Amino acid sequence: MRAPTDLRRRIVLTFAGFGTLAAVVCLLAPLVGSTPISMPRVFDRAIPFADNVDAQVFFVARLPRVLAAVLVGASFAVAGVVFQAFLRNPLASPDTLGVSTGATLGAVIVITFHIDTAILGVSAVPVASFAGSAGALGVVYLLSVARRRGTSSTVLLLAGVALSAFLGAVSRLVQVIGDYTDVFRSIRWMMGSLDVGSYTDIVVPLVPMTIALAAIATLPRVLDLVSLGDPAAEARGVDVRRAERIALVSASLLTGSAVSLGGPIPFVGIIVPHIVRLIVGADHRVVLPAAALFGGSFLVVCDLVARTAFGPAGMPVGAVTALIGGPFFLWLLFRRFR
Amino acid sequence: MRRAALALAAVVVAASVLVRADAHRIVSIIPATTEMLFAMGAGDRVVAVGSYDRFPPEVDKLPRVGALLDPNVERILALKPDLLILYSTQTDLRAQMERAGVAYYGYVHRGLPDITQTIRSLGARVGVDAAANALAARIEAQLADIRARVAKSARPKTLLVFGREPGTLRSIDASGGIGFLHDMLETAGGEDVLADTKQQSLTMSTELVLARAPDVIIELRYARGDTTAPADLKAWDALPSVPAVRNHRVFMLQGEEFVVPGPRVAAATERLARTLHPELFK
Repeated sequence: MRAPTDLRRRIVLTFAGFGTLAAVVCLLAPLVGSTPISMPRVFDRAIPFADNVDAQVFFVARLPRVLAAVLVGASFAVAGVVFQAFLRNPLASPDTLGVSTGATLGAVIVITFHIDTAILGVSAVPVASFAGSAGALGVVYLLSVARRRGTSSTVLLLAGVALSAFLGAVSRLVQVIGDYTDVFRSIRWMMGSLDVGSYTDIVVPLVPMTIALAAIATLPRVLDLVSLGDPAAEARGVDVRRAERIALVSASLLTGSAVSLGGPIPFVGIIVPHIVRLIVGADHRVVLPAAALFGGSFLVVCDLVARTAFGPAGMPVGAVTALIGGPFFLWLLFRRFR
Repeated sequence: MRRAALALAAVVVAASVLVRADAHRIVSIIPATTEMLFAMGAGDRVVAVGSYDRFPPEVDKLPRVGALLDPNVERILALKPDLLILYSTQTDLRAQMERAGVAYYGYVHRGLPDITQTIRSLGARVGVDAAANALAARIEAQLADIRARVAKSARPKTLLVFGREPGTLRSIDASGGIGFLHDMLETAGGEDVLADTKQQSLTMSTELVLARAPDVIIELRYARGDTTAPADLKAWDALPSVPAVRNHRVFMLQGEEFVVPGPRVAAATERLARTLHPELFK
């Protein structure tokens, strides 16, 4: 076992390194875009905001987008770490237990049946997708309770796959009923978008995200022990079932909030945890903060590419994550095992 | 002599029937061509339509046989059509019709001039040439009239939006620089702010809206059951520097005719022109 001072040093290094990366990325990303803007003009108080195009590009078009990307990226990455540890499966992702498919179903229903009027300034689509994820989360919770009676993590995983497939099938069924324009909108929603255009859209999911992250912050030691197997964890006095309930529900809450904000953006939740482990090792006290900071930075960079590198219309961010992340992950793997 | 002339005429008629048999049992799975058939007086020959056909109201009584992505071949064949009107991109369906010996007409979805072109060729194929030519000429005259009316007016930079997440500025789908919506906008006396993009539609970021700074924004709503109130246009207030927003020139037009490139296109174009140049249509 490493000495505590060594661990402390690694935690500090992680926060310093990944924190700097996140800070630099977040500060630079709003400066870049498809339209040239002048920063002195952005902050020139002499020009009324209503007439200041540069300030509107910065504060309405870019900044909310960067903030949404950080939150969504961090949430998916942390949820991925938790799911992979508790399900002891490297292929587990925020969608493994059906939470993001549930969120997708909620969004598709609202789009198809045109119940998508805004509620208190928040579009009904994110509200419905959050409700959909909460429904799936309810099933996950029941599964984790059943697990107390001896269900193995493999069974939990299989149940998740079945739930996810079922919810996906219902989504497609709803789409068949819809008009072709609704189908088009649903597909676009599924590709993910961080162009939120308002801060209300960000503040609302921030509440469940903060609660979930606070709960997960109490878990890193448990995650380490659980990764070794339940008996090892129990031998060290961990109430594995209770920890698991907290972990699965929190990670699902995190996933649902992230999907409702940015759509089911693929790749971040499954690969960022592995990228981070390749860089900082397997200790969850280091992996969790590193995944949050790196996941956030990664999605900000992906969205920056999505909105600048593909002509005036840009590209859905969901199409870019794997395009950038895939080769990067392969490069890390080759470098590691060369 | 007279008998010989009659015989010759009979041969010519018979030959033309053999070369191009008129269609009397038509299945049209495309809203635009279904509307064309009814408008050229061949509606009574339509025996089935596609899933998305809504106009004219008579189509509600007809059986439906799927559409672009899910044509129901079994139902189509059971109706014993002598002509199926399909999208020319439906290669599998075309092959199946060839095997079954059912004639088809391949429809191509393009710009505004192609609409009247399609009306003429479809009319010829079905056997109602005169009515189809008259319909096409009428639409062309109406469009020419609109063009002439707006010719001398300034052309406002216009953004034509056909989809958006209600209540927000997320997922703004707009007409790009090609296709019939773009052509309709230009005919109606607007300058398309996305004219340089060579695609029929694109999803715009709020940044792109700010950068293009349209003088007018027109939102089209057309889905069945879409009850979005014009109050939803308030979402645009988040971009107060956009001239259209500043000068209160953000409009919503409801109607399916905006997304069906069929015979109602002239009426739809006129609605655009009235919105862009109300002073010319008093």
